[in-house]
Amino acid sequence: MFSQSLDAILHRLVQYLPSQAPLKDFIHHNTLHAFQSREFHQALADASKLYGYQTYLQLSEYRNLYEVGEIQENQLFRGLEPSQIQSWQLKLFKEDIDENVEPELGQLRAIWKSYYKIDMDSLVFPLLFRITLSYLDQGISSWHFPSTDQGFLNSIRALEQGNLVSFFKTPRAKKIIQDKSTTLETLLKIVVGDQSYNERYLFDQQFAHPGYAGMVAVLEGNPQLLVNRRDITLRDFIFLELLLEIDALDNCFGEVWAPISFHAQGVNPSVNFTFVRDELDLIKERWQEALEWTYYDQVLNGIKKVPVTEKHSSSFQAVLCIDDRECSLRRYMELINPDAETFGTPGFFNLACYFQPAHSEQRIKVCPAPIVPQIVVKEVLQDRVIDKELHFSDQVNHLLFGWILTQTYGFISGFKLIRSIWNPSKNKVAVSSSRHMHPNSELQYEFTGAYTDDGLQLGFTLDEMTIKLFELLMSIGLINHFSTVVYLIGHGSSSANNTHYAGYDCGACSGRPGSVNARIMATIANRQDVREKLKEMGLIIPETTQFVGVLHDTSRDEFTYYDLDNVSQTHLSYINEHKKEFEMALEMNAAERSRRFETLTVSNLKKNHKKVKLRSLSFFEPRPELNHATNSLCVVGRRVLTKGLNLDRRSFLNSYDYRSDPNGIYLAGILNAVAPVCGGINLEYFFSRVDNNNLGAGTKLPHNVMGLIGVANGIDGDLRTGLPNQMIEIHTPIRLLTIVEHWPYVVADVLHKNPKTMEWFRNQWINLIVYHPIEKQFYLFKEGIFHLYKPTNQRIEEVDFNIMDFMQRADNHNVELVKSLVL
Amino acid sequence: MIYFAFAIVCWPIVGFFWSLLLPKHKEGLISKFAFGFILLHFLAALVVGIIWYLKGHQPINVREFSVYTAYKYDFYVDFYFDHIGLIFWFLGAFLTIIVIKFSRSYLHRENGYKRFYNTLLFFYAGFTVIVFSGNLETLFIGWEILGISSFLLIAFYRDRYLPVKNAVKVFSIYRIGDVGLILVMWLSHHIWQENISFDKLNSSVLVHAHFEELSSLGLVVALLIYITAAAKSAQFPFSSWLPRAMEGPTPSSAIFYGSLSVHIGAFLLLRTFPFWENQVVFRVFLVLAGLMSATIGTLTSRVQSSIKSQVAYASLGQIGLIFAEIALGLHWLSLIHIAGNAFLRTYQLLISPSIVSYKIKEQLYEFRLTSPPKFKLPSTWMNTLYVLSLKEWNLDSYMYHYVWNPIKSIGAKWLIFNFKYVFYIASLSIVGGVAMLYFKSSLDPDVIHQLPLVFASIGCMIVLKAFSERDSVRKSWTLIMLNHISVAIAISFNEHFNIQHNLWYLSGILVCWVFGLWILNRLRQSEWVSLSRFFGHAYEHPRSAFFFLMMCLGVAGFPITPTFIGEDLIFSHIHADQILLAIIIAFSLIINGLAAIRIYSRVFLGPHVKNYHGVSKRSF
Repeated sequence: MFSQSLDAILHRLVQYLPSQAPLKDFIHHNTLHAFQSREFHQALADASKLYGYQTYLQLSEYRNLYEVGEIQENQLFRGLEPSQIQSWQLKLFKEDIDENVEPELGQLRAIWKSYYKIDMDSLVFPLLFRITLSYLDQGISSWHFPSTDQGFLNSIRALEQGNLVSFFKTPRAKKIIQDKSTTLETLLKIVVGDQSYNERYLFDQQFAHPGYAGMVAVLEGNPQLLVNRRDITLRDFIFLELLLEIDALDNCFGEVWAPISFHAQGVNPSVNFTFVRDELDLIKERWQEALEWTYYDQVLNGIKKVPVTEKHSSSFQAVLCIDDRECSLRRYMELINPDAETFGTPGFFNLACYFQPAHSEQRIKVCPAPIVPQIVVKEVLQDRVIDKELHFSDQVNHLLFGWILTQTYGFISGFKLIRSIWNPSKNKVAVSSSRHMHPNSELQYEFTGAYTDDGLQLGFTLDEMTIKLFELLMSIGLINHFSTVVYLIGHGSSSANNTHYAGYDCGACSGRPGSVNARIMATIANRQDVREKLKEMGLIIPETTQFVGVLHDTSRDEFTYYDLDNVSQTHLSYINEHKKEFEMALEMNAAERSRRFETLTVSNLKKNHKKVKLRSLSFFEPRPELNHATNSLCVVGRRVLTKGLNLDRRSFLNSYDYRSDPNGIYLAGILNAVAPVCGGINLEYFFSRVDNNNLGAGTKLPHNVMGLIGVANGIDGDLRTGLPNQMIEIHTPIRLLTIVEHWPYVVADVLHKNPKTMEWFRNQWINLIVYHPIEKQFYLFKEGIFHLYKPTNQRIEEVDFNIMDFMQRADNHNVELVKSLVL
Repeated sequence: MIYFAFAIVCWPIVGFFWSLLLPKHKEGLISKFAFGFILLHFLAALVVGIIWYLKGHQPINVREFSVYTAYKYDFYVDFYFDHIGLIFWFLGAFLTIIVIKFSRSYLHRENGYKRFYNTLLFFYAGFTVIVFSGNLETLFIGWEILGISSFLLIAFYRDRYLPVKNAVKVFSIYRIGDVGLILVMWLSHHIWQENISFDKLNSSVLVHAHFEELSSLGLVVALLIYITAAAKSAQFPFSSWLPRAMEGPTPSSAIFYGSLSVHIGAFLLLRTFPFWENQVVFRVFLVLAGLMSATIGTLTSRVQSSIKSQVAYASLGQIGLIFAEIALGLHWLSLIHIAGNAFLRTYQLLISPSIVSYKIKEQLYEFRLTSPPKFKLPSTWMNTLYVLSLKEWNLDSYMYHYVWNPIKSIGAKWLIFNFKYVFYIASLSIVGGVAMLYFKSSLDPDVIHQLPLVFASIGCMIVLKAFSERDSVRKSWTLIMLNHISVAIAISFNEHFNIQHNLWYLSGILVCWVFGLWILNRLRQSEWVSLSRFFGHAYEHPRSAFFFLMMCLGVAGFPITPTFIGEDLIFSHIHADQILLAIIIAFSLIINGLAAIRIYSRVFLGPHVKNYHGVSKRSF
């Protein structure tokens, strides 16, 4: 029988395994990335049948959503002939359909239990995980893996050499580990036997613990993700696992036992990766589409209702991140000051660089993950006080120090317990977005001719600064009518006891706060020489315009302003006025967020804001904020399209003016970022929600930190990937609808030129609608072409917005047009 | 005084039962209720502590009431109060309040919010009973409650595989400790001819006089106490369960395995100090054992790369030192050490998720590649120590290798007899036994003398079969009951046949067996039920799961039925020279409880057998 080469199998395995980086670099991505080349619904059916995971909501959940009106009847029966409706009605509502899924993977390895009567997983996993984790550990253990510099297997060999004890129990395994000539093929021959079963066996084996396998695969491809460098390959990891399996089998049966393929009658050697969709898949597809289009049509109706009027003077302009969490803040800024103008752009402000904190040798990437920056910005600060937390030190776990510390410091822990519960306050171990960069530090952002040891440029040249600023302003369409103060607002998040903190910061800054980027860009834009050069390029920033860098803390709803010392008195008086408005906007934003927190019921905005801030310091609060939950929309166009619409914090908003980009040059850049960043966020929330047990990380309450790289339940568990339940529980799984304002042919052209981005849209992992700026019509992108699309009519309320009323509700809010703000 | 002491001890128990009645979805009500109840208890501790201190701080003994009295036998509840109890009470109430308050927001929206608080209160009730117990019998009631509440909290996430597996593992270790305690009770009954109270023990003259004659027996008692204490406090050789117990929500791990539960072994040692005060050999042993646990615990802690197992091993290392301190008679030091260790580990565990951001931030400024241990040995030795520590000094695998696997393999040898066979043997021997009992007077006394051992052994074989049964739930369930009957018959040959004692013993078991069988039968009508794997039926049948758990506790002799007293009664009929008989019956009891919990876990816990909703992988 034809059998594939081992390399090909491993290659395919890597494609399918989860690709989540270690915790410090947590970045949202499409959980089912391996299936992205297939049409969305086909991919979901395939993944479900391959792994046995849930990839849609359960039927009962869809039926509930129908009951509460989040799915409309006309959407459910859309596109059906009248004669079909009755049978569909039966299928959708009445029939009791068996939703059980039997996974394709796992059949071969089940034979260990059914025929050999051994529990292979329990015999092998604990030790396998323990050895691997100890090797990869980034700083929890105080006694590290003794030798780590020769690769995974060699390090184990070195450790075993002359050791009085061994990881292995039986002579054959002990011999094999010392014999460098043994290959993976040899081990497979012993365990699996018939080569044609290799692929099935390896898939079964690695998907029995996708967390560790995925982590190893990620680290093999990106060893730089670990500060404490470790060389590990999936090949080595599988080698160890097979060897432990041989050890376990030898221990049970002696050295004579038949490989598993001998007893594999009835198991098909090759793995199916594609399946025929069955009736259940079709039913779920219909429910899912109906759920999505009920929402989409509402948004489209809302956009049609917005009166488009452009003003050309404004009291201030604010550029924020496209992040859905800024959606509501922008709404409040504009409602409180109707003359304000806001923009959205990826929160790294077009500055791709590394940031090197003062007194540190390390660099932190502060731009989107796919970009490899060539520039380093250093922070300079006289002295930095490093707060030590004794509870995380080696000493408390030491025998003798511990003996002294428990009897003395232990009683301070008692007081700390009381304080942390009754009076949560700033502390050394909670994450604080403002500590990313010290507000009083100096940033060496200007190139002076110096390079780092590894050849990276220290700072930006004048030309680079000008170009970066020019591109930024062009892409958001801020090219004239500058106001006196322009705020560049990055964002980050503060939280306590949060292992997934990186997922709360700015996605466009690789999961870090955007303070460095906002601050540098504001400084650049204030430079006289940059403005001179911009003028040459035809972009004139008036002398009276002052840029200000700001950091928005999304969990505390707080602003930190940078470099206000260098601002003139006149500007400062404006800024002080704006600060008051911002404070109010932030309070309202905090109130809008708290409507989703069941445990927060305060009727006073100021008190509420205080309580919201406390959440970011409380160790007992697993939900400092709800992050991107409920995200479902991305608008790429002028703000006037959505200004005044209450989109309920569900939308990414990227400012873009088609008029300044007739050929879609900047649009390409925007869509290339929107697809992986916003699409990645959206799909990770989607899949973590539909099967939180397998595609998500489960509840975070029992999570145990493993080697600083991941979390697991208990001490023997597999690493968990995806998002914990506390992040996704209120999320409604809806694919991202991207609305672009432009001519359909321009967008089509952009997509055809960028096949990677095209894949997201063509296969419907993201839905795309283009809003024709002249015709005022929608064009839906389906099967590679644009079709005119007329949304079903839905009533959009026009309301006078009252935050107090809004706070009372916890559900998804209908799109409405806000006429004015009731205070 | 009697009523006051009774009120103090019963307050948490009342709170627990009350909490069962609260509506499931009222999170605020549940947590506030628990908070209020324990807060009052804490304030009581303050007031009582101050008054007691001012009034001369003499130990107080309160004899409450007799549960059952017979000839030369009195099972009575007794409370004792002194500085040790006060400190533990204080510590327990304080940390429980902290965790209740912490969990209020932490567990928000979690499935099983109420279950968590119920179990927490149940735990606290058991803790209180232990802390105030005035004799071993009373202490044993609390001991059992602690064991079962631990099982329930470890298996809090009952729809996953690892929590359930580890809960059963921890329960099985606890069970060894329980039987140690039963044997201590049995022996001390024979030493003093009564269920002696701790108060009397403290009059050292009495104890000393007794042990003069019975010093080897005294050593056995002391060693059994060590086994009991070591099992609960994760000391050598039972250490490896502690990190594996960290499966529940972080605050429950913090309070159970960071602080309260894990220090209760030290409490037992402090309480029983007069028992072994004069046993120099044992005291030396205890110091050495403590130092051994301390060394192994600390070394293992240093190689852990997960935060919770690191804290767990560090904590049990300190408890090793505490054991040594107690052995050396440094009781005040040990009490301070216990309190400090409890606070420190609780806080460490509660903030443990923060270590990611903290360490990553710290590494930005001071990056160290490795920090090998301070001491220097040849590298071979260092590597050996490293691998040994990484493998937890093989403590976990030895537990399997030397304890559970042999038991299973004996049971497995019985597999060649199918159930019918075993059932017939059991039934025949029971009928034969009853018949022989009837004609006891006409039997040869020498034969009669051997019969208890014979029937106890038959019972033991029966329960081993129940424990290793891989298929039928009902068969295993029935064998558990038959084992109890065999034990009853065995004891009946020992002395004059006392039908009343046997009724005490068997009443609870029979009722629970019948009701349990009914639940299983009902479940079988709609579901696939067997012992071949975990079925997780609690997902669809939570009520059946709850009631079946009650029945399991009933047949395992948990203090909810008269069987609990019956068990003690049974032992009171075993003579001091029948050590083998006592061991066989004690062993049967261990396996019996395990077999019952195994049935419950396999049928109702673990990943659900139906895959129409997201079911966790086994490795999660």
